[in-house]
Order: sequence, then C-alpha cells, then structure tokens
Amino acid sequence: MKISSFFYCLRQGFKNLWRNKMFSVASIATISACIFLFGIFFSIVINFTNIVKSAEEDVPITVFFNEGTTTERMKEIGEEIAANDKVKSVQFTSADEAWQDYQNTYFSENPDLAAGFAQDNPLAGSDNYAVYLNNVEDQQDVASWIETIDGVRSVRQSEVAANTLSNFNVLIGYVSAGIILILLAVSVFLISNTVTIGITVRKEEIAIMKFIGAKDIFVWFPFLVEGMLIGLIGAALPLSLLYVLYKQAVIFIMDRFSILTGLITFLPAKTVFEALIPTALILGIGIGFLGSFSTTRKHLKV
Amino acid sequence: MIHLENVSKSYSKDIEALHDVSLDIEPGEFVFVVGSSGSGKSTLVKLLMKEIEPTEGRIVVNKQDLGRLSRKRIPKYRRGIGVVYQDFRLLKDRNVYENIAFAERVIETPGRVIKKKVPASLAMVGLAQKYKAYPQELSGGEQQRVAIARAFINDPKLILADEPTGNLDPQTSWEIMQILQEANERGTTVLVVSHNQEIVNAMKKRVITLKKGVVISDEQEGMYINED
Repeated sequence: MKISSFFYCLRQGFKNLWRNKMFSVASIATISACIFLFGIFFSIVINFTNIVKSAEEDVPITVFFNEGTTTERMKEIGEEIAANDKVKSVQFTSADEAWQDYQNTYFSENPDLAAGFAQDNPLAGSDNYAVYLNNVEDQQDVASWIETIDGVRSVRQSEVAANTLSNFNVLIGYVSAGIILILLAVSVFLISNTVTIGITVRKEEIAIMKFIGAKDIFVWFPFLVEGMLIGLIGAALPLSLLYVLYKQAVIFIMDRFSILTGLITFLPAKTVFEALIPTALILGIGIGFLGSFSTTRKHLKV
Repeated sequence: MIHLENVSKSYSKDIEALHDVSLDIEPGEFVFVVGSSGSGKSTLVKLLMKEIEPTEGRIVVNKQDLGRLSRKRIPKYRRGIGVVYQDFRLLKDRNVYENIAFAERVIETPGRVIKKKVPASLAMVGLAQKYKAYPQELSGGEQQRVAIARAFINDPKLILADEPTGNLDPQTSWEIMQILQEANERGTTVLVVSHNQEIVNAMKKRVITLKKGVVISDEQEGMYINED
C-alpha cells in the first residue's frame, strides 16, 4: 500500500466515525460501559491490595535475647537479620523503652500505679527487635531462621494475622482475575454484536468496494481505524469520569467515615490512574481492533 | 474477450441456473443477453465477475482463466471490468465526485490524476455540475450516469451492464444506451443484460437468449424472443 493510500484509508476511518454516527455512538457507549465497570473494579482492587500490603507491614516478628547478651551482640544480631533479603526493616526497642511504652499505654491516667517500679524495670530483659518483612507469607521461614541465631532466646510471630492476610491476598487475586475475565468476555461479546450490526448495515458498501476492485486491505483498513478510534474514545470518556468520581469518592468516604482515618489510606488518584489509564486505553483499543478485525473479515468474501 | 466452455452452475441439487453454456464474445462486440426471470442471466454476470464459481466448465475473460485466478488477484481482474447495475450501487454517504474518485483510489491512482480524470468522466455523462450532490439528491437516470462514469473511469476493456435501464423511464433508458453505444464505438466490449424489448429490438445488436439456464438462441442483429 502506498503512503498516500495509507493516509487516505486513515482519513476514511475518521470520516466513517461521523458517517455512521448511530453505530459509532452505540459502540462507544458499549465500550464505555465495560471500561467504566472495569475502572471501578480496578480502583477497588488496587486500593484493597494497598490496604492489605500496609497491614502486612504492620505485622512484625519480635525477637528477644538470652539473659546476659551484650549490647554489642544484640547489634550484631540486628545487622545479621537486616541483611536477609526477605526483611524489610528492623527496629530495636530497649527494655527501658519497652517499659516507657507500657506506662504510656496502660498507666497514663494513673501514673502513681507505675511509681512503685521507678527503680526496678519489671520488663528488664525484654530488649527486642521488631522485624518487618517484605512479604507476610515469609513470616514462618524467617522466624525459624532467626531462632537458630546464637543469642536469640525466643521469637514471637502472629501466625493468625499473617495467614489471614496471606489468604486474603490470594482471595483478592482470584476474585480480581474472575471479575476481569467476566468483564472482558462481556465486552468482547457486546462489541462483536455491535460491530456485526454495523457491518451488516454496510455489507452493501463493502460489496460495492469489492466489485470495483478494492483489495481486502483497502476495505478493512478504514474499518480497523474506525474500530480502534471507537475503542480509544470509549475508554477515554469513562476514564475522565472515573478520575473525577474517584477523587470525590475518597473525599466523601474520609469525611463521612472519619473513623477510618488512620486505619485505611486510599491511594492518591495519580497513583491509581497511572496504572489504570494505559490498561484501559490498551483494553479499549484492543477490543475495538479485535471486534472490527474479526467481523470485517467475515464479510470480505464477496 | 469472453469465452465460456460447457459452463454449468448449480445452487443446489435441484436448481441448475446454467446448463452446459458455451459462447464466445469477441473484443469490441455489443451483446444483449435476454431471457425471462430465472433464465440464468444474473448468474452469468456473477460468474463473469468471479462472484461465484461454476460447478463445471471453463470461463476465460480478457485472456484470464477465472478458474486459475487466485483470490488475491481478483481485485486486479475486476478493475479491468466496468460494472453497471440496475440499482446503481453507489456509496450513499459519498457525493458524486467521491463515488467516482473511489474507483480510482482503490487502484492507488495519484491524487493529482484523480482530480483531472473525475471531472472529465462526469462531463462525459453530462453531470459535471452535480459533482457535489449525494446519490439520494439525484434522479434515477442521473444516478445511473454516475454509475456509468464510475464504470468507465479506469478505461475498462469490458463493460457488464446488468439491467441498466430496469429502473428508468423510456427517455432516460435511451440516453443510457446511447452512452454505452458510444463506449462500444470507442472499442469497449459491452455486454448488456436486459428485459427491455423495445431497446433490444431497436438497437439491432447480437442477442443471446437464455431459457432455464440454456442458450436457446444466439443471433447477430437478433430480436428479443418473448417467452411469455
């Protein structure tokens, strides 16, 4: 195909959008509806994943030392743990700090009750490391490994919390995959039907083109351009709407349910849409391309 | 120009549209194909356009054996044939100029050439002033002239006209036949499928008569044989 013909077909694709206004609007509406649902689901899933990830980061392993372990040795143990790839961070709390935290938490309203322990730290020997992991699923492995380190007295971990979060992650994965597959199947079905109706209406046009000697590519190229444009617009419209809605929804939820502040943090719109925009655009253009390609080919045998 | 050798076409076991048809049409001839409904006239046009395949037999058009023509080469083959249909078959969403230019676009003619050829082609059929009009804004006769201008734009060696006057009044029908006659005088082979007894008899051309898929008559300066 000559370059001039390529641009001619490209222009025809744009013109076809306008020539077949009803069909274009129906197709754009179909894709928009699917991408809109996809976008809502995507925003929910990405936020859930983020909340779970934050929760994972708050479930540490606590490491206590043998009686008489020197500060030097504790430091060495801390460095050894921090060097492990699965460990995200290590935070040291001395016995004095632990007692101070305890007093702040339980005796803040009755400081007199703690006064009796002024010279005698009841939590002596409770110097510890809080070990935070990159992935909560590794908790059992890392805990077992830390227990083997010389000088470590005991390791405490929250298996229930770790397992719950781990299972929740897997559940989100399955549900996401399931819903995305259903949405994709519905989109392809709807767009294929819409394009079929559009092409059937234009079957005569295709036949005329073929009778006067148009090559297949000359016939289907403008349809492909048209399909991809429909997909692009069909994705761009709901994305704009979703952007505004997402921002408003986050503000509304945080205002209305102030109890959630501190418990959950919603991802900023920029972060969500940095991932959602390319995904939705590729999805929209892809659906438009596939829908046009498959149905146009069916009607080319004239 | 056209060579049919024992050509048969069946759509199903019981329906044979053409049966053992053999005929030759020489370059520069003007031929009418006549016959009642169901005689096989349209099937003949479809076979010549390679829209359908014969069940048996061999078809050669413009030295090309259609049985050996690959799907990829069909567009190029069709560009050598100008087709005119009863229902005009114009692209309704494009104006007169664009309809004719499209036939040039598909063979990738440069834009500057198209700009020269289309007005000349429109002038030939007397529609130079209406190049901006859309098909639905034109009369039947004008639409058929646009279709003829489109059919002629690539200087085809063969014109296939399937009932070109079927939807037109007598005066317009004669005007259309006049355009086809002039093209034939310039050397183009013209094959017209027609029901119009008056025109067929008046023009005194070769007439091939089909009945139930069989050629029952083939005469130079022939007459319309009324089957009814």
